[in-house]
Amino acid sequence: MFKKLAASAVTAALLSMSPAFAAGEKGEIIDYDFSFEGPFGTYDRNQLQRGLQVYTEVCASCHGLEKVAFRNLSDPNGPELPEDQMRAYAEFYEIWDPELRDWRTAAGPDHFPESQFEGAPDLSLMAKSRVGFSGPYGLGINQLINGMGGAEYIASFANGFNGEEKFEAGSMFYYNTASASWVSMAPVLYDDGIVYADGTPATAEQQAQDVAAFLMWTAEPKMVERKQAGFVGVIFLSVLAALLYLTNKQLWAPIKRAAKEE
Amino acid sequence: MSGIPHDHYEPNSNAEKWMHRRLPIVGLIYDTIMIPTPKNLNWMWIWGIVLMACLVLQIVTGIVLVMHYTPDADLAFASVEHIMRNVNGGFMLRYLHQNGAMLFFAAVYIHIFRGLYYGSYKSPREVTWIIGMLIYLAMMATAFMGYVLPWGQMSFWGATVITGLFGAIPGIGETLQTWLLGGPAVGNATLTRFFSLHYLLPFVILGLSILHIWAFHTTGNNNPTGVDVRRTSKEEAAKDTLPFWPYFVIKDLFALVVIFALFWALVGFMPQFLGHPDNYIEANPLVTPSHIVPEWYFLPFYAILRAFTSDVWVVMAVNWLSFGIIDAAFFGVLAMFGSIFVMALVPWLDTSSVRSGRYRPMFKWWFWLFVVNFFVLMWAGAMPAEGIYSTIALIGTTYWFAYFLVILPILGVIEKPLPQPATIEEDFKASVKKKSGGNGPSPEPVPAE
Repeated sequence: MFKKLAASAVTAALLSMSPAFAAGEKGEIIDYDFSFEGPFGTYDRNQLQRGLQVYTEVCASCHGLEKVAFRNLSDPNGPELPEDQMRAYAEFYEIWDPELRDWRTAAGPDHFPESQFEGAPDLSLMAKSRVGFSGPYGLGINQLINGMGGAEYIASFANGFNGEEKFEAGSMFYYNTASASWVSMAPVLYDDGIVYADGTPATAEQQAQDVAAFLMWTAEPKMVERKQAGFVGVIFLSVLAALLYLTNKQLWAPIKRAAKEE
Repeated sequence: MSGIPHDHYEPNSNAEKWMHRRLPIVGLIYDTIMIPTPKNLNWMWIWGIVLMACLVLQIVTGIVLVMHYTPDADLAFASVEHIMRNVNGGFMLRYLHQNGAMLFFAAVYIHIFRGLYYGSYKSPREVTWIIGMLIYLAMMATAFMGYVLPWGQMSFWGATVITGLFGAIPGIGETLQTWLLGGPAVGNATLTRFFSLHYLLPFVILGLSILHIWAFHTTGNNNPTGVDVRRTSKEEAAKDTLPFWPYFVIKDLFALVVIFALFWALVGFMPQFLGHPDNYIEANPLVTPSHIVPEWYFLPFYAILRAFTSDVWVVMAVNWLSFGIIDAAFFGVLAMFGSIFVMALVPWLDTSSVRSGRYRPMFKWWFWLFVVNFFVLMWAGAMPAEGIYSTIALIGTTYWFAYFLVILPILGVIEKPLPQPATIEEDFKASVKKKSGGNGPSPEPVPAE
């Protein structure tokens, strides 16, 4: 009884303590299917490359990505740009070099620039600082299996503008259904607003999901390695547990036999 | 070390004798791992090993993390990201350390509940219990300060709220808070001193753990029946016990590996599940998060802290009686520390002469209600402190104190305990026969687990 009750109590506590549950989601978050969800999920390289394109052509005009180095774009399990493409990409950026005290062309080891405006948050970790669909019934079971869903939040946010606007204290504000609040960011994604290099039809929906996937990668670039380490560890520990179980059983067998026979 | 009669270490070879005359360390290790241990320990007795493994895990991962971490308000957040992105295996080290703290607390709570159910705190193990409570306090301090180090939003604001508790102490509060923080508000000085203490305290915990083990090796382990090991002769003691090595080492290792497999799955597949997303936003003194919540393992005590608002009659009465010195905030602080203090006093508050909850029919119900109440408080701590949640937290807090201060003292007097087995040997035989489907009459009541 002790074990069963303790186990179920701990499970219930684990589920109810999920931060998304505690925070009480109010916005409308769409439960998108991403390739990196679940214990087997990995990043879709083509999607990350498209997401990089959306970031570069749309988001980067305001938002920074300061935790990410250009060389990371060539890392395994990421967008995996070939080295020469990555260097060519970096050369688009002019960065401030504190040692030269001057601007210079960026190279592989340099990081993406910071945000251009005070009000635009850096996007490097955005996908980990937000949570997505926490259902069913806010129990967080979906998050336990599919991950916290920061990418779902970002994709829902990018397309979450319902057209309501207001002018207040000298600025425009736009209503967003994902955050359920007025935000100073205007809607920026439009159907065919960009042309994908790989020919994928660039609907606003597609762009939102691609950039969300890309930002999940910028937030958790080692996710695939982490899941691999998870598998190796769990398999190793399970085998070890099985061996220890048998050892323990054999070790105690004579003691228990003696106790039974008396 | 143990008072249970058993064979002690005898040096055989000349080299062993040479060493033994100078430093009897081999004998100490031998006597520690060969200690006679009650045969009938159940699976609730594995958590001590799990806790020891957690401490080692935290110290080892922590030492490596320190090699890459920078304790500076401007650099700390970026250095954690550096660990996550650029250090070889850094993401695993960091996630293991972060989730390891959670496993540590989950294990310590089960360990404490086991002690409360089987009466492990009762004479002669009061000192073991008190040292355990000190370890728990040191763990809370360590975990709290460790949570500040990544310098995210929750780190910063958690530190602000918790150090604010000390500010609620009348008279010296503000001075004390400033002294703790190293300045008027949470800042670089706070981060560096928390970092220093976060490195120090685990070794204090290690020292206390050695005392904890020494204490119960002196008294001998408790066991599910609460019945003492027979100590009249070595032969009788041997009927009740088995040496710790190999019987319990292998059993504990098996349990430990099962728990670590689950833990590893959590770290590998859902390392953020129990964390707070706001901590991936760098600390910003100008932006307060909408909802400041501590990590789950602090939530029951956070609920107790917030339960006493100024409209509760007890608070009003105390406020009036103390001429306004004890206000609601200070009352909450007193209640939070008091909740652990009354738990530390349980060896003297529980008046029952029967140790194990197995043979206490009324106690069982109150105990399980106490466990449920713990989770209710945990849930209430995660909710905003308003409306129905405050009321639930207040009821939960009241039960917490009532359990230790009223229910346990009274139960010992009015309860009629069930018959206990005469010896541990008898209990062990009965449980082996029961599990193997033997149809002989059970000489003792059905075990609780």
